Amino acid sequence: MNVGMDVLQIAVVIGLLLLIVKPLGTYIYHVFSNEPNKTDRIFHPVEKFIFWLTGLKNRSEMSWKRYALSLLLTNAVLTVIGFTILRIQKWLPLNPNGIDNMGTTLSFNTIISFMTNTNLQHYSGETGLSYFSQMIVIMMMMFTSAATGIVVAIAFIRGITKKGGTLGNFFTDFVKAHTRLLIPLAIVVTLVLVGLKVPQTLDSTIQAQTITGETQQIAIGPVASLESIKHLGTNGGGFFGVNSSHPFENPNPLTNVIEILSMWAIPASLTYTFGRFAKNQKQGWIVFSVMSILFVAFLSLVYISESNGNPVLNSVGADVSQGSMEGKETRFGIAQSALFTTVTTSATTGSVNNMHDTLTPLGGLVPMSLMMLNVVFGGDGVGLVNMLMYAILAVFLAGLMVGRTPEFLGRKIEPHDMKLIAIAILAHPLIILGPTAISFLTNLGSGAITNPGFHGISQVLYEYTSSAANNGSGFEGLADNTPFWNIMTGVVMFLGRYVSIIALLGVAGSLSHKKWVPETIGTFRTDNKLFAGVLLGTVILIGALTFLPVLVLGPIAEYLTLG
Amino acid sequence: MNMNMNLQTNARAEAPTKPSIGNMISVSIRISIVFIILCGLIYPLVCTGIAQLVMPAQANGSLIKDAQGTVIGSSVIGQNFKDQKYFQGRISSIDYNAASSGSNNYAPSNPDMLARTKEAAAAWVKNNPDVPLREVPIQLLTNSASGLDPQISPKSAEVQIPRISKLTGVSTEILQNLVEKHTEGRDLGIFGEPRVNVLKLNIDLQPLIK
Repeated sequence: MNVGMDVLQIAVVIGLLLLIVKPLGTYIYHVFSNEPNKTDRIFHPVEKFIFWLTGLKNRSEMSWKRYALSLLLTNAVLTVIGFTILRIQKWLPLNPNGIDNMGTTLSFNTIISFMTNTNLQHYSGETGLSYFSQMIVIMMMMFTSAATGIVVAIAFIRGITKKGGTLGNFFTDFVKAHTRLLIPLAIVVTLVLVGLKVPQTLDSTIQAQTITGETQQIAIGPVASLESIKHLGTNGGGFFGVNSSHPFENPNPLTNVIEILSMWAIPASLTYTFGRFAKNQKQGWIVFSVMSILFVAFLSLVYISESNGNPVLNSVGADVSQGSMEGKETRFGIAQSALFTTVTTSATTGSVNNMHDTLTPLGGLVPMSLMMLNVVFGGDGVGLVNMLMYAILAVFLAGLMVGRTPEFLGRKIEPHDMKLIAIAILAHPLIILGPTAISFLTNLGSGAITNPGFHGISQVLYEYTSSAANNGSGFEGLADNTPFWNIMTGVVMFLGRYVSIIALLGVAGSLSHKKWVPETIGTFRTDNKLFAGVLLGTVILIGALTFLPVLVLGPIAEYLTLG
Repeated sequence: MNMNMNLQTNARAEAPTKPSIGNMISVSIRISIVFIILCGLIYPLVCTGIAQLVMPAQANGSLIKDAQGTVIGSSVIGQNFKDQKYFQGRISSIDYNAASSGSNNYAPSNPDMLARTKEAAAAWVKNNPDVPLREVPIQLLTNSASGLDPQISPKSAEVQIPRISKLTGVSTEILQNLVEKHTEGRDLGIFGEPRVNVLKLNIDLQPLIK
């Protein structure tokens, strides 16, 4: 292992992200600012056609309640149709490998998982889904759930930056998120991935005759088109069971970098979009830098921990200079694996290119902590909104300390807003820790644990953290395809998504009604280093107070008792 | 009445043509159907069409065929080589059966993993008396993530040369050259790790054995 090369390749990827943030953030601003711009000429005809097809004549602005209602209605319709398809996939076309219908609780879990942008998978794609389901349910929801997240962020930003009491029109935002952002990007990324050897075919499983006279079955399918939107939409559900560690999903380090940037680009760029809407670019960069500081800290921890290897295996006597290679792929090594793990749990994508269950204890603590915080870039849209929620909380705390009414972007933050924010913030630990405790109380829950000792606690905790954060990665050893786990995690994913979305749209609606308070010398500024520090402190403090005890029981105890 | 006062300032935006709930329900049903067809059918089929037309080899799994056109494997999917005469890849809990994929997902503290690794180490010592265990990269004794890892590091290939030379009679120089020929550098000189494709290496090795 070559530390210099490792640091260099990680730095280059971060550098590439920095180059993307401004242009993409500006572009997203133009898409949703509803001011005429150059790209209209290309997209207007398509959108007009879609508006006509959907009968969307009335495209007036909506109050937060109507916006939230339209969102829920659309998500509900998609869920019902998707669930039905999974239950009858055996009789539908494009099923060359003869895959059976999916069971009831597994379908329930799967459909909520994809609609909520989680992509927790209690099935294995190559054996559990027909190509038709992979396309029409899974790929479709990878678009629609990401678009849902993005428009929530846009509506929230509008609420806190413009006057008028409305947040925009959900349906037009939803259409534009597809036509102008997700679909064009997905097509480009798909074709690049195919060029780099990710397959895209409707043929059935291949039979190979190996040179030593054996037969090898090779599952294949329309992988690239799923791979692109899986990352662009921060979804994370793999075509194959082992996700992006499968050589067909992620055949080389270059595809690995493209997948990393694909999932990172939109959440990171939205901070810039926020700056544009707030007409204060510094405001956006402050949010970006707080996220980046946390990101680099966690990345370093997982990189160092994996490089040092697993002390138990190091004792066997082989050459361990490669680091901890159990559950990792040769082509990625430690650097590309550690980077992928950190990005996928920051951006709450949940795809994996190495097995998180097998990460060293402190390495495994990193993805878990990032999902517990849920604000370091975060999923498309919702990550930014979560961080802005912490920003409002930080302003509130700072206001309490100096005895002033807190203000954020010129709006007074009042008890009604803080109540909604408190609901959103408290829901997250509640739906992680509550179900974790319930699972240990019953054999239905604890029976799924496959690793002995403290790691068993980590397996259960990880599963619920991943569900609540709408991440979807797993400590995959957990035997989780049982009615108990399907229903429990299904409910957690549902609450994890919609409680905070509704509460935060409520905050945005309330703030958008408020009078602008002119800035004075006494105003607590939110676009400087001091505020970045306060925000960072708030995130760490709340996160640590809530989750440190349970982290001590799981990964930290395992670390202390290992070899 | 406070509400009305507020609304007056932004009446132009909302008040006149508020969409009815019925209208919202109908639009949400129709918009769902449109995007199910657009994202779930048109998008993947268009991508498949373009990919098959422009890059058929990659789109069909980068398959390797023999002179008769029989598929012998994929250049990106690993294969099982039980025979010690061939270069060996990573440990695979699924024996490189690419109909599925997976690993054991052992926790770092799992005693089963330690037992399996010790077993692999003992097997190494038995099959490779000329190369001491401390020179063997740990990756040869550990399970990959996918169970289908097609590659090993150049060092992992080199430590197998003495064994293969002894069993096949092929000189170590020739084997060394083969390994070097199949060593791929980092992508663009920066990304990932240098590596050797085990299947391609063994395809070149096969005619030399006998």
